[in-house]
Amino acid sequence: MLKIFRFYFFDLIRSRWTVLYALFYLLLTSALLLLSPNLSKVIISLMNIVLFLVPLIASMLGIMYFYSSRDFIELLLAQPLRRSTIFFGQYLSIVGSLGLSLLLGIGIPFLLYGILSSAEIWNYLVLLGTGLMLTFIFSGIAFWIALKHENRIKGFGLMILCWLFFAVIYDGLFLLGLSWFNDYPLEKFALGASLFNPIDLSRILILLKLDIAALMGFTGAVFSKFLGSGLGMLISMASLLLWVGFPIWRIRAISLKKDF
Amino acid sequence: MIQINQLYKSFGTNQVLKGIDLNLDKPGITAILGPNGSGKTTLIKSILGMVLPDQGHILFDGKPIHKKWAYRETIGYLPQIVRFPENLKPAEMFALIKNLRGQNPDLQHLINRFELEPFLQKRLGNLSGGTRQKINLVQAFGFDSKVLILDEPTAGLDPVSVIELKKLLEEERKKGKIILLTTHIISFVEEMAEQMVFLLDGHIHFKGDQKTLKSTFGDDRLERAIANILRKDAINQSEPEKII
Repeated sequence: MLKIFRFYFFDLIRSRWTVLYALFYLLLTSALLLLSPNLSKVIISLMNIVLFLVPLIASMLGIMYFYSSRDFIELLLAQPLRRSTIFFGQYLSIVGSLGLSLLLGIGIPFLLYGILSSAEIWNYLVLLGTGLMLTFIFSGIAFWIALKHENRIKGFGLMILCWLFFAVIYDGLFLLGLSWFNDYPLEKFALGASLFNPIDLSRILILLKLDIAALMGFTGAVFSKFLGSGLGMLISMASLLLWVGFPIWRIRAISLKKDF
Repeated sequence: MIQINQLYKSFGTNQVLKGIDLNLDKPGITAILGPNGSGKTTLIKSILGMVLPDQGHILFDGKPIHKKWAYRETIGYLPQIVRFPENLKPAEMFALIKNLRGQNPDLQHLINRFELEPFLQKRLGNLSGGTRQKINLVQAFGFDSKVLILDEPTAGLDPVSVIELKKLLEEERKKGKIILLTTHIISFVEEMAEQMVFLLDGHIHFKGDQKTLKSTFGDDRLERAIANILRKDAINQSEPEKII
């Protein structure tokens, strides 16, 4: 698996897209740090961008890459290797390269700024951690869709829909539901529903850590009211981990049964 | 060496292989022929474990290949059309396959033969289709394997390289390897293959050497003999209509 990972990883980190992605974060983070002296404000602005952009880029680059390497997988499948070795090697390489871009792009400016000796270090690490988790989740979903659908147009369409659903539509439906049924006690329902959206979960996790009630929105407020910060973070982190595991489980199941 | 028993495979409603029986024991070149969509590639991919059959089984060296992977280290495979990872160089790709197979053969003579030296340090994404096919050939022939499986080996090659490929096949045959290839170029088959398997609609219509094929289908030119198989089949299919 390590051999496959290394091979694809070196292919990916030389790709124009990966470099652009890292440069974008580098510029953005540097600009935010220069413009605002308040670290926790910088972290919140970055959070809004990371929660939007990481799933989008992981989805799009992920599915693009899996489709374009489809031919080469046939060559790898003819080598004396387990199927799961090939697919997990490739999956980890895309997570690795996108994760590295994120880490360098957001990491270097903060390091230069002196985050290590600042009180905000943990908040910053939570932001970085959720960014990485979302990379795992959305490139996993991309890989799952790409394996399931040979038709590239269909695959792309589904992936875009999936991202749109979690990033935009889900919250819209959520709010609609809340305003329609606002005569009923919906706190527990809202709590449960937010577990089904990894982007919401990440937002809640970061905001609970930052402890900014005003910015939490409905679900965040419910989380901190019912569970308190500690338990709320634990639950949202555990659900995020389940979200990481789900596509991996699907990738494994499909890759064992699929014809190439 | 390779034993295929009653192999069935369908993709959705499309039944591609309908009970294939085939034994490949003798060293030498076996050509799988057949029109487009007759199941040639599916058959080859089943041997490699890339396509999982619905029914029937395949034995390699007497052992079933189902869910096994180690047997593939004795097979060299040339896939049909290949887009390699774009940002890597051929040299790096050869290094990967050496690494995966745990062998370290000297590929230099093959690289020289196909005049690939100037391309070794270029990005794979920038290479032409023919050059990629030559790189593909180097990885298929370069390793010490008892069986070679080649899917359309001549695709995209210029005439000089086709001659080089024929020489290479000749040498491998002399080494006693079992070589299985698919192609649409009849003259290539006529020149190279001793055994022939003709697939049509998921059945093996003919299996044997060139002489038998020519005498069975009454023509001393392979092209015509093959056309006769197809025509005979067309007659068989149109007969029910006559009865009606």
